Amino acid sequence: MASQVLQKPAEPTISARLAKNVRRHVLERVIEFILMLAALSAVATTISIVVILLYESFTFFEHVSLWDFLTDTQWTPLFENAHYGILPLVSGTLTTSAIALAVAIPLGTIGAIYLSEFASHRTREIVKPILELLIGVPTVVFGYFALLFVTPLLQRIFPELPGFNMLGPGIVMGIMIIPYISSMAEDAMRSVPMSMREGSYAMGATRFQTAIRVVAPAAISGIIAAYILGISRAVGETMVVALAAGQQPNLTFNPMESAATITAYIVQVAMGDLPHGSVGYQSIFAAGLVLMLMTLTFNIIGHITRKKFRETY
Amino acid sequence: MATITSPVKAESRDLNFYYSSGHKALKGISMALYEKRITALIGPSGCGKSTFLRCFNRMHDLYPGNKYDGQIVMHPDNTNILDSGVDPIEVRMRISMVFQKPNPFPKSIYENVAYGLRVRGERNKRVVDDKVEEALKGAALWDEVKNRLHDLAFNLSGGQQQRLCIARALATDPEIMLFDEPTSALDPIATASIEELMSELRNKLTILVVTHNMQQAARVSDYTAYMYLGELIEYDDTDKIFTNPGRKETEDYITGKFG
Repeated sequence: MASQVLQKPAEPTISARLAKNVRRHVLERVIEFILMLAALSAVATTISIVVILLYESFTFFEHVSLWDFLTDTQWTPLFENAHYGILPLVSGTLTTSAIALAVAIPLGTIGAIYLSEFASHRTREIVKPILELLIGVPTVVFGYFALLFVTPLLQRIFPELPGFNMLGPGIVMGIMIIPYISSMAEDAMRSVPMSMREGSYAMGATRFQTAIRVVAPAAISGIIAAYILGISRAVGETMVVALAAGQQPNLTFNPMESAATITAYIVQVAMGDLPHGSVGYQSIFAAGLVLMLMTLTFNIIGHITRKKFRETY
Repeated sequence: MATITSPVKAESRDLNFYYSSGHKALKGISMALYEKRITALIGPSGCGKSTFLRCFNRMHDLYPGNKYDGQIVMHPDNTNILDSGVDPIEVRMRISMVFQKPNPFPKSIYENVAYGLRVRGERNKRVVDDKVEEALKGAALWDEVKNRLHDLAFNLSGGQQQRLCIARALATDPEIMLFDEPTSALDPIATASIEELMSELRNKLTILVVTHNMQQAARVSDYTAYMYLGELIEYDDTDKIFTNPGRKETEDYITGKFG
């Protein structure tokens, strides 16, 4: 039957259709090309950033050895006797990020579970936009919030806490990241099919058991993606730490001390403390490269874990 | 009904059901499920057969605004499981369910079957091991999976997944098992194995099955109920329904004049 139908149409019909198809085909190609350009612009930007970082870092490493860069425990580009050891900046970045994540991951996950599994439709419609509003608050506002509100509050509990410290900005960064994590993790959990939940309820499970034992594991790859996004945000965050952590490179993991992060250093130098072309100025590219490698590492780890836990249903 | 030899396990009494939209999906259904018998619900799409089945484990409670009116009484203890004072979780502990599409959890085969025991707080590994084995044997799946109990359940075929869901439902020793079109997503061979399994389970528990497939109802069930537009049109021995139905509507449906 099918083959007969295919043979049937007469010659003129086919060519008339083909003629139309040519125009449509060209149009399709044009649209495809425009779309490809849009996609390529993002890729091209990324590649050029990497190239510039590598190129400028290269001139930096002509003056400072890679060994010193990785092992020196002092970062003092502004001093007469300049040291270029990245470790103090890395420790500041890791400490503030760890504090932020210690706040954001538990609260973000609990928030996501609540919104996805417990909140009524109306509550969710009210709470979610408010949470997402937090994403829109400029980070400089969070920076002053850390410096002028959270740190003084913490000083009531820890009187010896200096005005610039890593704890305050770390916590505020965590609060800032919560909506990213909760919103993404909630989307992941909500996309778990209802049949999976029904299966759990039908076994006599409670809401909480269903959320923890069935829905969260089913959504784990999306939840991990949310965590990775949170980590990248924390590591790359600039204003909060630049304002409230003290901008003093300090090799310490103690949250009660002041320190500088990689991003805070870059912003400090880029604002004009060092003349263009000097070794100190070039150092921001090396610092930027380290930052990029750190986020890349987290992204790769996240990608691997996500693949490992990937669930299909 | 001619050949009732078994006591009543559960019965609905003048059951009406309203969805949150206000739609009245069940209209005064009164019928009994007999112990260790298979009762099939047939009827065209939208006739309320799945709605009726899902009343038995209070599945409608999951969605706000749904309303039951009437009773489903379980025997021998005479509990009205629709009573607002009855915890739906307690009901689901006694009445388990197998769904239309296999819906294993994102866990290992073992943990899928152990799920019901875990949510009941069973911690003893020996008890869980034994129950899992017994349930998988009961679902005729043990031989196929005994060497890979800790594989992810999604790696099983569709028919195996559905038998896993039956094993999961069996592991907690339910009194009644509900099957909501359990083979509609399966190929004919997997369907045959599920039907065979249902016949075997009949020795242990009471079964209520919704099916789109009239031949399936004729093959597996002892009693058949024909529903149409939320009403119970006819309920009788399966043989009688398919050979000599009492109502014209039933005859039209089973002979394919309609539906």
